[in-house]
Amino acid sequence: MGRKILFVTTDQQRYDTLGCNGGTLARTPVVDALAAQGVRYERAVPQSVVCMPSRSTMLTGQHPATHGVWMNGVPLPVDAPSVAAELQRAGYRTALIGKAHFEPYLDPFGRFTENMLAIEGVETTDQPWFDGTIGPHRGFEHLEFATHGAAGQHHYARWLREHHPEAVGMYYATLDRSANVNAAGGGDTDAPQAHHNQIERGWYHTDWVADRTITWLDALDAGDDWFAWMSFPDPHHPWDPPASEMARIDWRDVPLPAGYPVDRVERERNLDDKPRHWRLWYDGELVSNYEAPRDWVPATLTDDQVREVNARNAVECELIDEALGRVLAAIDRRGWTDDVDVIFTTDHGELQGDHGLLFKGPYHVDALMRLPLVWRPAPSAAVAPAVVQRPVGLVDLAPTFCAIAGLGAADWMQGAALPVDDADADARGFERVLTQWDSELFGVAVHVRTITRDGWVCTAYGPGAVHDGTEGELYDLADDPLQQHNRWDDPAAASMRADLLADLWDHQPVARSPKLELEAPV
Amino acid sequence: MATVRRETRIRRSADDVWALAGDPARLHEWFPGMVASSVDGPVRTVTTATGIEMPEEILTIDPILRRFRYRITSGLVRQHLGVIDVFDLGDDSSLVSYSTDAEPDAMALIIGGATGAALAELRRQLEDEAPPRPAGVSPVEHSGSAV
Repeated sequence: MGRKILFVTTDQQRYDTLGCNGGTLARTPVVDALAAQGVRYERAVPQSVVCMPSRSTMLTGQHPATHGVWMNGVPLPVDAPSVAAELQRAGYRTALIGKAHFEPYLDPFGRFTENMLAIEGVETTDQPWFDGTIGPHRGFEHLEFATHGAAGQHHYARWLREHHPEAVGMYYATLDRSANVNAAGGGDTDAPQAHHNQIERGWYHTDWVADRTITWLDALDAGDDWFAWMSFPDPHHPWDPPASEMARIDWRDVPLPAGYPVDRVERERNLDDKPRHWRLWYDGELVSNYEAPRDWVPATLTDDQVREVNARNAVECELIDEALGRVLAAIDRRGWTDDVDVIFTTDHGELQGDHGLLFKGPYHVDALMRLPLVWRPAPSAAVAPAVVQRPVGLVDLAPTFCAIAGLGAADWMQGAALPVDDADADARGFERVLTQWDSELFGVAVHVRTITRDGWVCTAYGPGAVHDGTEGELYDLADDPLQQHNRWDDPAAASMRADLLADLWDHQPVARSPKLELEAPV
Repeated sequence: MATVRRETRIRRSADDVWALAGDPARLHEWFPGMVASSVDGPVRTVTTATGIEMPEEILTIDPILRRFRYRITSGLVRQHLGVIDVFDLGDDSSLVSYSTDAEPDAMALIIGGATGAALAELRRQLEDEAPPRPAGVSPVEHSGSAV
């Protein structure tokens, strides 16, 4: 009997939403306790700041250029490498419960396996794996899907329609009638994607994901080794947690976040200091990516809307923390705690007022790039608690799962098992993390490459709709933790910029060829 | 209105390609996610694997130009125009173009994405002479139990 793995992901959660990371709004005692017992990462960076590429990196252990999911709407091939397949082959029981999003959601033709699994009510299907083996879909013998609400065909939506049909319409409609991300305002401040959701807490998707995870775990034999990917759709917008829980945090009492320049002149001056697409989006002149509501103009954002969005987001984070606590209690009841590794992270962050913006896009700053990451190794492994300052990436997760299972990293994995402290990180060369953005949507192309290294973040823009290939961003994370002052053209930082760019281009991952097609908006 | 175009080169004559791609009643044989298609005069009705029935208006079937044009008339889209062109490349191969104009814009991507997969399947069938792939979650049998 080996170590078991509970892999907990959330969607679009910021680093500073956890108490252990200094967050003061949401109470997250469960994750905080895991951090105190284990390893907390101060600079965990995604390889993409949108869902499908980032989640594909978690599964494959590869950068987006290599696994090929270069933007949302590009499906990860069913025979892509998968760490779950490696674990299943090694005898692990495997499940993914919650949000997968390796394949597009908008799928009226039913072309994608994960949508059809839910429609047909089966928990997996056999598919070819990377090496030609025929096995369960992406290595998961059990799959149950949920996403942000009750629309669509996923398992949670079907469950809610069957058991609580009166609650289906209580959720915010994430898409508008044009199938774009909805810009409609709600809540108390008319903030986009804020909504009073009258759903009972126990029917909300966060608790459903935890309930289904517990059910799956309870059905396992005591001696099984298992890998459970529990994937919460929150705190991704819409910000519509159960209204019954909103009394936890009064948005009127929420301080404006440090990253939100209250003074409009300062805010716009900072934006003007960055490549053009920042200000163009802020003014509503260019929405380069599907993930941002097309009909919302960030310049209209008010202080109270920022407060309410942050309050709602914090409530969602608290619900996740409590749900995780229930799952850990269930694991404890099975007597497994000593042998269970828990890894908690997210796919990317969120602009929650930072720079006067909400949502996400081609903006490689801490709001989207600095992630919560906590690894509580199995107590039986006797790993000393630590805080790791060196940069690590989500690309390092798959090798970590292999290491926990006593397997070597597969040769197709591009990261390395997470370090357990900074000395370990230094010994094994954790120096840099790479992030990329590519989007080509209705004639608007944006291409971005970023390196995080030595306390700096350096971003280079390729030629595209509004960039000529000479633009960039350079931030000293120590002096400018909010990345408000772009030093790309600062002569005093020229040598640092040159060094980082050389390193960035020297370490670009191998690109999949031929390029995969964009098949849906998301 | 957004526009998406997909194309593929197929190592078969234009007449061979047109015989399949230009027959509106045979769409479900090569368009992944379509499980049925029937034609009644100028109206084609297709059924997707998710159970959606979509009526379409056939606008053009031109065997000389090898051009097929149609529009979806269901509520899925406000406006739509789909065009399939088969070009003879003169070396016993063909270029097939499948364009989609649609509003809302997002639907152009969704439909256009599916047309890319359809062209890949069309090429596979015509070049491999393989029978059409059955609809369903997998080319391999299900192994799962009901959830």
